[in-house]
Amino acid sequence: MNAYELIFWLLTVMAISCALGVILSRNPVSSVLFLIATFFAVSGHYILMNAQFLAIVNIIVYAGAIMVLFLFVIMLMNLNADTEPQKNRLVQLAGVVSGGILFLVILAALKSSTNNMLEQTATDIGLIKNLGKTLFTQFVLPFEIASVLFLSAMIGAVVLGKKGEEGTA
Amino acid sequence: MPIQYYLFLSLALFSIGIMGTLMRRNAIIIFMCIELMLNAVNLLLVAFSKMYNDSSAQIFVFFSMVVAAAEVAVGLAIIVMMYRKVHSVDINILNRLKH
Repeated sequence: MNAYELIFWLLTVMAISCALGVILSRNPVSSVLFLIATFFAVSGHYILMNAQFLAIVNIIVYAGAIMVLFLFVIMLMNLNADTEPQKNRLVQLAGVVSGGILFLVILAALKSSTNNMLEQTATDIGLIKNLGKTLFTQFVLPFEIASVLFLSAMIGAVVLGKKGEEGTA
Repeated sequence: MPIQYYLFLSLALFSIGIMGTLMRRNAIIIFMCIELMLNAVNLLLVAFSKMYNDSSAQIFVFFSMVVAAAEVAVGLAIIVMMYRKVHSVDINILNRLKH
């Protein structure tokens, strides 16, 4: 087992255990912190696969912006006590069983699929230079549409979040 | 590293996200589980991008992050608005769409 595989297994164990922590912890704030740890593990996987740009974007956008937004909302609503009423045991069991069955079915379907190897050679397709070239030549129209999407999302969030007069909001 | 390891890892993360969505009653936790599922798919896209040595998949991951950010902004605004009205984020109370 070389260093590459060691890092792979460490990041995998960290990602899965933190993801379990997200759904099992009672306190919403610790759920958010577990989710941030999961995103860091996924970013580690990106670096392992030579996608450095996406690793940085994942940390900045997900762990930096989105999770802070979640944390703000949880603290604004004063939910950081574990007062959440739980679903009854039967519904929880049904959720776990159906998730587990999905896992098993896809696992069985993929077990005998192609066994291509990911080479551990360094490629430079994940660097900003090459991604930028692809983004601004092949995918320039979706990029511009994304800016319109952001504008409409921003306006929508402001309109929804505004304290409307009674009866209009 | 065989590609299957990445397939199974993202499958496990996706299934955990589905279990969380079905188990919890807090709307914000359910929202976070959806983010977890999005991230699992992103991880798989990056693995295939490395396998085929093609950067288009990484651009797709970039766009899915863009959409996720917009979705979180609007979704959290909706949750805050509902919280102002009914003072709860419990989905068993929010399931009426009208109060």
